[in-house]
Amino acid sequence: FLLQKYLYFKKTYITCSEKILSTKSKKTLAKPGVKNIVLVDGVRTPFLQSGTIYADLMPHDLARAALQGLLNRTGLPKDAVDYIVYGTVIQEVKTSNVAREAALGAGFSDKTPAHTVTMACISSNQAMTTAVGLIAAGQCDAVVAGGVEFMSDVPIRHSRRMRKTMLSLNKAKTLGARLSLLGSIRLAHLAPELPAVAEFSTAETMGHSADRLAAAFGVSRLEQDEFALRSHTLAKKAQDSGLLSDVISFKVPGKDIVSKDNGIRPSTMEQMAKLKPAFIKPHGTVTAANSSFLTDGASAVLIMSEEKALAMGYKPKAYLRDFVYVSQDPKDQLLLGPTYATPKVLEKSGLTLNDIDVFEFHEAFAGQIMANLKAMESDWFAQTYMGRKTKVGAPPMEKFNSWGGSLSLGHPFAATGCRLVTTVAHRLQKEGGQYGLVAACAAGGQGHAMVIEAYPQ
Amino acid sequence: MASVRLLLTRRCCTALKTTTARTHVSYEVKDNVAVVRINDPTSKVNTLSRHMQAEMVEVMNEIWGNAAVKSAVLISRKPGCFIAGADINMIQACKTAEEVTSLSQEGQKIFDQVEKSPIPIVAAINGSCLGGGLEFAIACQYRIATKSKKTILGTPEVMLGLLPGAGGTQRLPKMVGLPAAFDMMLTGKNIRPDKAKKMGLVHQLVDPLGPGLKSPEERTIEYLEEVAVDFAKGLAGRKVTVEKKKGLVQKIQDFVMGLPPVRKQIYKTVHSKVMKQSKGLYPAPLKIIECIQTGIEKGNAAGYLTESQNFGKLAMTSESRALIGLYHGQVTCKKNHFGKPERDVKKLAVLGAGLMGAGIAQVTIDKGVATILKDTTEEGLARGHQQVYKGLNDKTKKKSLTTFERDGIMSLLSGQLDYRDFENADMVIEAVFEDLSIKHKVVKEVEAVIPPHCIFATNTSALPIKDIAAASKRPEKVIGMHYFSPVDKMQLLEIITTNKTSKDTTASAVAVGLKQGKVIIVVGDGPGFYTTRCLAPMLAEAVRALQEGVGPKKLDSLTTGFGFPVGAATLADEVGIDVAAHVAEDLGKAFGTRFGGGNVEVLKMMVQKGFKGRKSGKGCYVYGAKSKEKKVNSGAEDILKSFKLTAPPAVSADEDIQYRLVSRFVNEAVLCLQEGILPDPVQGDIGAVFGLGFPPCLGGPFRFVDSHGADKLVQKMKRFEEAYGNQFTPCQLLLDHAKDSSKRFHK
Repeated sequence: FLLQKYLYFKKTYITCSEKILSTKSKKTLAKPGVKNIVLVDGVRTPFLQSGTIYADLMPHDLARAALQGLLNRTGLPKDAVDYIVYGTVIQEVKTSNVAREAALGAGFSDKTPAHTVTMACISSNQAMTTAVGLIAAGQCDAVVAGGVEFMSDVPIRHSRRMRKTMLSLNKAKTLGARLSLLGSIRLAHLAPELPAVAEFSTAETMGHSADRLAAAFGVSRLEQDEFALRSHTLAKKAQDSGLLSDVISFKVPGKDIVSKDNGIRPSTMEQMAKLKPAFIKPHGTVTAANSSFLTDGASAVLIMSEEKALAMGYKPKAYLRDFVYVSQDPKDQLLLGPTYATPKVLEKSGLTLNDIDVFEFHEAFAGQIMANLKAMESDWFAQTYMGRKTKVGAPPMEKFNSWGGSLSLGHPFAATGCRLVTTVAHRLQKEGGQYGLVAACAAGGQGHAMVIEAYPQ
Repeated sequence: MASVRLLLTRRCCTALKTTTARTHVSYEVKDNVAVVRINDPTSKVNTLSRHMQAEMVEVMNEIWGNAAVKSAVLISRKPGCFIAGADINMIQACKTAEEVTSLSQEGQKIFDQVEKSPIPIVAAINGSCLGGGLEFAIACQYRIATKSKKTILGTPEVMLGLLPGAGGTQRLPKMVGLPAAFDMMLTGKNIRPDKAKKMGLVHQLVDPLGPGLKSPEERTIEYLEEVAVDFAKGLAGRKVTVEKKKGLVQKIQDFVMGLPPVRKQIYKTVHSKVMKQSKGLYPAPLKIIECIQTGIEKGNAAGYLTESQNFGKLAMTSESRALIGLYHGQVTCKKNHFGKPERDVKKLAVLGAGLMGAGIAQVTIDKGVATILKDTTEEGLARGHQQVYKGLNDKTKKKSLTTFERDGIMSLLSGQLDYRDFENADMVIEAVFEDLSIKHKVVKEVEAVIPPHCIFATNTSALPIKDIAAASKRPEKVIGMHYFSPVDKMQLLEIITTNKTSKDTTASAVAVGLKQGKVIIVVGDGPGFYTTRCLAPMLAEAVRALQEGVGPKKLDSLTTGFGFPVGAATLADEVGIDVAAHVAEDLGKAFGTRFGGGNVEVLKMMVQKGFKGRKSGKGCYVYGAKSKEKKVNSGAEDILKSFKLTAPPAVSADEDIQYRLVSRFVNEAVLCLQEGILPDPVQGDIGAVFGLGFPPCLGGPFRFVDSHGADKLVQKMKRFEEAYGNQFTPCQLLLDHAKDSSKRFHK
């Protein structure tokens, strides 16, 4: 019976996609003289709430797990990789080039160079587009990109005064000089410096900014809770039906094998309504339940030129096509990246919103997503702030993050980008569409969008 | 027929009544919450005018009479203003103290009703909430304010020589405690939202919003209203409580303040502090202390009565009139009366990175205009650059600027030694050494590199602009912009036009000055223009007094005792003895013996010895020592002794010395008006007070003549004239005013 149902679904999908194909603005985004670049495959470790099973690891351990998972999944010969680019946001100072440390541990050839990039929540997007650039420029044929974030341990520093004293202590030559330096230490100097998810330029925490953004667009608490519940419900459904096939199993040293995300918790509206605002008190609308949570996780993708992939016998999952980066005011438009990036990348591709079959937007906060959707629906906003004649339009919800999103699956800052791209590829395969769109906001008021085209089945 | 007519008029009346809808105050009831919106359609700001008050009373009565209304929100529809205060014109229109007292009592009555309101009222504050506006807000049961940069709370009445006359002196001490209330009412300082929350002046803060589906300003007000409505509902349903839990410190403070001897000591301390700072020249602070003291020690009824009576008395004082005159003058001098310039100045170049040049650069980049700061030496440039950085960095320490904003502002400054990019400059302001030949050289050099439309402004304190413009190929583009030191603190800018300066050049200079936040007077050209020309004879008289054996300290106390914020000897040190010598000599040449008095050689000798004033560490006083007590420079005293003059006893009493100094200043100011250097008395008063520190309580030289009486002043001057000669000869215009007491400079 199940098989029958599956076949039926497949059939409707195919007819659907044929119909869609015939109405697309463009048959394909391939351009003459431009190399086709493909996503061969993508994987990720389970995304876990920070402080849970991964708690005793280090960032490069997680990154290594993702890299090894990618090798296992693709059967890629280790020396076939020309280059590795990895993203990370909160840096572990011991492994500041975490790409290299993880690659060495994952057994890649020590002749494969690796570098680390950072661009807040779009760090692994940056890793992927760096890979695309290396291939497009003809410098590489096969690049591994990825991202890792480890929030179970963050660098907590001594105060600047204390650091200064300690550094001077190194230089102090006599015992007297050392003693006088030690004597200069005051209790206040021992207070540690904690990192915060706050903008350096404005000192505003991201949640605070998200709450203001939601208020600016008149997004109610109810709308936010509803969207968060939707995310968790869809994620749960996707998890239960085995759609999250990018997740690899990971044997955590000293612990069990982990093979599932642990932040998916569909709640009820009543329960969510009970929560107090987390940032703007007491009248704010952003709560712990409608925000993404602190997450540990890593992801990795294999990107190749189409020829190379085919020559190696791979069946690619998708083409990586046009992409854009945008940036705007980090104070009042911190999280509006998708609004700015979407019309820009569509224009670049020559597509319209209607051409897109699959949308994967990064869900930093439910309020942020709702604000972006409202902004994209507003002619006034497009004209007043984006210098555009008309709105781009909001994505239809049935095509939007239908396997859950950062709110429910988790958001290890630098690992999310690869998850979005892999999910688009998987959804295009599963749902039978042709074009997918990834969009994300990032700290610093930046944003990113990329168009992905399904690889012909 | 008669009955028909009657009917008609009656109909007219009813028609009239229904059409005279309220224009300033409106309200709607949302979910049992009455949202009262204020908006004066005739002005940029809301003031508590008679009209506003009348409509407010009407609306409040309707709300209180409506059983469906359980709470209310009071909010302004103007983006930058809640209520900016009482209507000053309304107070000024009163002829007697009793009239003003009754105004005050009406206000007290309304706010008393608000305080005793049967339903909770939430004041939702965005923008300025000052004076009567604050008194209204603190009569409400709950206050929510936005954290907007425009939101400020305060009681600035003291700056107009008045006091918070609608219950403010009674409610504030109870709300924020005695010390904070004194601080607010005696200084009139603006309080930012964060501080207001800490003080207990407001209960909640709301963040301003960025762009959304409406403009940030519009949406922020809407949001504030939404939040306020929620709180109003909460208060009505008793889910929100007004009382804040008091911390230990607060409890201790309350206990201590409950002890009568402690309070007595506070009154005493505050009183003596006020006396020390105001020299007893300003009645308002003392009356404020009296009101607060009466309210606390003798109860509400007595407090309110004292408040309204004192308010009436203060409104009739010459000090209040002077301060209000300055307020109006300042408003006038913050407008461009020369129209919109043809092009905006988008790039400014400043020549000379000295104290003035760097100061000008700082206030320019601070307002987002790209600025080149050019000097001839790297040391000079580095010093100027550091001055700008320090000026901005100090603002970050006061938290009025973030370090990021500071960096962004600094990025607009280009320090350089060459004329690179001058081809893109819209205006050049030179602040090089005060020497005509150097200025000529600069004019020629600059004109070789700037575009045709570029304006050449010269920051000189005494050289006539036409002499500088003589070297220019395009004198219509040359103008004087006389800044005052320190540029980032002194509000005045004196703009000097020659008869060749074009109107557009003037409009552009005024526009730049306004952008820099300056209060601007525009005067005609001549040696010393207006300000320096008034100051020079006063300083000449000060030198004479010093030569006659009045010590610098005595001289300082005589001038500050008259109301000058800085004593004459200290002022000379601040300006620079070398500058003073330079000016004295130049103007002496231009105006002859009338500018005599003290011997210029005294100043020259001081400069020779290196006593150039504060900047060189020694002038009349010795600087640099850390002790608070300023020490008189014995070297300067020796010089004075060698130039000793005998003081004529008939004109050397303390008061005589004060009037000798002031009358020369005032006479010269009136002469400037007579000669057309000054366009009007208002700009004369503003220039004197904001640029030279003429006593604000006197309102400027022209208001001083009006209030003191020209005849009395002329009498004094005649007496001085007998002793010293033509330096005290009253000018014709002053004589005209002395002859006819109906002639006044200010209406």
